[in-house]
Amino acid sequence: MTQQSPPPPALGCRSSPVLKQRGQREVFCGLTGIIWLHRKIQDAFFLVVGSRTCAHLLQSAAGVMIFAEPRFGTAILEESDLAGLNDAHSELDRTVAQLLERRPDIRQLFLVGSCPSEVIKLDLARAAERLTQVHAPKVRVLDYSGSGIETTFTQGEDACLAAMVPVLPATEARELVVVGALPDVVEDQMLGLLDALGIGPVHVLPARSADSDLAVGPNTVFALAQPFLGDTHAALERRGARHLPAPFPFGEEGTTVWLAAIAQEFGVTPDRFAEVTDAPRRRARQAIAQAAAPLADKSVFFFPDSQLEIPLARFLTRECGMLALEVGSPYIHDALHGPDLDLLAQGPQISEGQDVDLQLDRCRAARPDLTVCGLGLANPLEAEGLSTKWAIELVFTPVHFYEQAGDLASLFARPLRRKSILGVAAE
Amino acid sequence: MKLTVWTYEGPPHVGAMRVATGMKGLHYVLHAPQGDTYADLLFTMIERRNHRPPVTYTTFQARDLGSDTAGLFKTACQDAFDRFKPEAIIVGASCTAELIQDDPGGLAETMGLNIPVIPLELPSYQRKENFGADETFFQIVRHLAKPMPRTTRVTCNLLGPTALGFRHRDDIQEITNLLYELGVEVNVTAPMGATPADIAKMGQAHFNVLLYPETGEQAARYCERTFDQPFTKTVPIGAGATHDFIAEVQALTGISADIDTDRLRQTWWSRSVDSTYLTGKRVFIFGDATHVKAAARIARDEMGFEVAGLGCYNREFARDIRALAKDYGVEALITDDYLEVEAAIEALQPEMILGTQMERHIGKRLGIPCAVISAPVHVQDFPARYSPQMGFEGANVIFDTWIHPLVMGLEEHLLHMFREDFEFHDAAGPSHHGGHAPQPIGPAAGEAGSMPAKAAPLPDPDNDNVIWLMDAEKELKKIPFFVRGKARRNTEHYAAERGLQEISIDTLYEAKAHFAR
Repeated sequence: MTQQSPPPPALGCRSSPVLKQRGQREVFCGLTGIIWLHRKIQDAFFLVVGSRTCAHLLQSAAGVMIFAEPRFGTAILEESDLAGLNDAHSELDRTVAQLLERRPDIRQLFLVGSCPSEVIKLDLARAAERLTQVHAPKVRVLDYSGSGIETTFTQGEDACLAAMVPVLPATEARELVVVGALPDVVEDQMLGLLDALGIGPVHVLPARSADSDLAVGPNTVFALAQPFLGDTHAALERRGARHLPAPFPFGEEGTTVWLAAIAQEFGVTPDRFAEVTDAPRRRARQAIAQAAAPLADKSVFFFPDSQLEIPLARFLTRECGMLALEVGSPYIHDALHGPDLDLLAQGPQISEGQDVDLQLDRCRAARPDLTVCGLGLANPLEAEGLSTKWAIELVFTPVHFYEQAGDLASLFARPLRRKSILGVAAE
Repeated sequence: MKLTVWTYEGPPHVGAMRVATGMKGLHYVLHAPQGDTYADLLFTMIERRNHRPPVTYTTFQARDLGSDTAGLFKTACQDAFDRFKPEAIIVGASCTAELIQDDPGGLAETMGLNIPVIPLELPSYQRKENFGADETFFQIVRHLAKPMPRTTRVTCNLLGPTALGFRHRDDIQEITNLLYELGVEVNVTAPMGATPADIAKMGQAHFNVLLYPETGEQAARYCERTFDQPFTKTVPIGAGATHDFIAEVQALTGISADIDTDRLRQTWWSRSVDSTYLTGKRVFIFGDATHVKAAARIARDEMGFEVAGLGCYNREFARDIRALAKDYGVEALITDDYLEVEAAIEALQPEMILGTQMERHIGKRLGIPCAVISAPVHVQDFPARYSPQMGFEGANVIFDTWIHPLVMGLEEHLLHMFREDFEFHDAAGPSHHGGHAPQPIGPAAGEAGSMPAKAAPLPDPDNDNVIWLMDAEKELKKIPFFVRGKARRNTEHYAAERGLQEISIDTLYEAKAHFAR
């Protein structure tokens, strides 16, 4: 029979004081989300209206350049576009027409705002409205901002999904929507679990194409699969939908509690729940136990990156036996992160935002066994003798739900295993 | 507005970062929004640097815009000064900060820091990365270098190498050693490895060696004007260019030491009989101007290739490259649009591409082998081993690098002879490359291709009305893939020239005879 999770801590981190500092933030901007969103939504094109820096970021963001066919591009603003906004709008119309002519397969076009387009106040909402009229019904044009002045890394996905919510058709049906872009294999596993529990109809946002029958209304309930979807959460509530708060589906415990919140809403019996989840729970526990051995009693320090930090700290401390020293997140939303904070025992410093130099000082002083940080910091910290896990890999790898729980643990264990394999020769 | 998929160069402030990160004791305070810090990973991941780039970003956010971004800049600048204790600071703005016009240079000047503060004006909406590096290095030299008496011994400065440069690390070592053998010592290498104090004594050198015109030419010209230091015009990439470079240095210094060329193996490797299969291979060359110029000379004069086309992405050198192309009897392609380069390669059907990582991808898609000769850099361009492009060892490295992607001598013949062998077929590609078979081109490959979803490739629009008869088409397929493009193109040209409407087997072989060499 399935082993039970440890009881929730008497005192969680939900009421812990949060350290907020202001200084250099070593984070990606929201444009980075395009890297996975353009693959997820297969009939969409993401057109960034920005500078050469935006284009350069997109090709560098994954650490190496990916030269496959991209369904994204950058309309690079030039000196003449800055001179007059009317001209910029007509230039944008011309660029979009050129793009749609070359890519007749595109059904949804996202105009993505950037720092320069925000600063010159280029009204992309107006442009999207105008362009939708021009290219309807074949192409729907939406806009959102992925600019660094407004979004941090995964908030770009949030802004994108939030932009889709107002144009979803209305429905009175009682339906479940699972929100957040997941790798296809993981999404299919999740849909399989929900189906086995007898829950349905289930829709996902973002859908893989514009033709999905996704709709929203007052009888919609939604679960978040990703912890960075604050604006989408608010947009869905504005449409009358109701959120099912739960810890996020990382690890065996997270997945079980997340599914249980939905099962309860849909009146699934405990027997049925056990019947569906017992086997995958056992597998997940076994996989974690095998993968997490190097993590037991090791300390971990999170730099803020994707807002996955709090749920992952919960997973590492409760399921992998790690000790969290600092858990930094770019933003903390109580409605989203509260349930995970409840399960995270008091002790670690919770921090929101960043002054990277001060945080590096704390990290060096704490000498954690494992530091979770961005690509700009990882090699420098390794060179100082700290083991690191690049945070971006957590966003680019299938890590949700039961069957990936062991993979998730091994992502963290690999740097430690590697260090012990390389031994002295690595010095 | 310019629709861009991939870019050959980053924005100019990334060029400034390449200078700052190459140097020591210098700090760059960059007025930039949150997110521009992505540039750090170029250095820590692609180049595997073990330190953060010496850059402090102000990382302003939307809520700061209404209030005091100038104050934010000053705080960041003061914090960087206190924490990193640099010998000098460069200050500037990224594209977004340029729009809010806070004037970082002016702000930093009012702070009364007791070190040199060098303001940078890098127009983000007009210029690109190489300009940024060149201009930044020039400003640093202009502010810090002082006239000084010449060293007693003959010395020179090496100008142009930066962080994230294509093989700069090893080129410096190779050329430093070569100069040493010639009896010339290196006074300062800059920007890479230099401190602001080193820059100050650049005026001591007798002359300058300009390794990379893209990133060092303005500084070299400034030193020529100000310190009366001549600079070398030959970039020593390739055996011939290295010899010319040696002659140039000897002319500048009057030294005529004998150079031991024993370790230059490339010339014999190229003359040895097994290299005959390289003769007349049609190559397309694209990259930054300096590396393209060098590669064209090596390709034609040292490898025996035929240069089928060439071009560069940095418009600053357009005139040079057009002149060079004229020498080689081809049209120069000057563009920073990756799609135009792809179209040119598809039309020319070269047997090999000498390009950047972008062209390597194009080659993969079209089934054309590619060797990388130039930036933009990729993690693969930072090998653990010593691997210069310059000097004699550079010539050896280039020979190896270029022939590696090709199907070699006897294997090429066997593929011709037994091309219907089920294990040794067409799509198998060179046997020494696992999994590098060409990708099929067609609707199914749309996912792997570049932006415009194209139908089957038509090498030349003029030939639209020439029809391949079925037998001829079949015969064409018996020709191995790595020469099939050339055969198709030659035959169609031949047919078009003669006003033929159809291509038969006879036409195919007539054309083969016509073009035989």
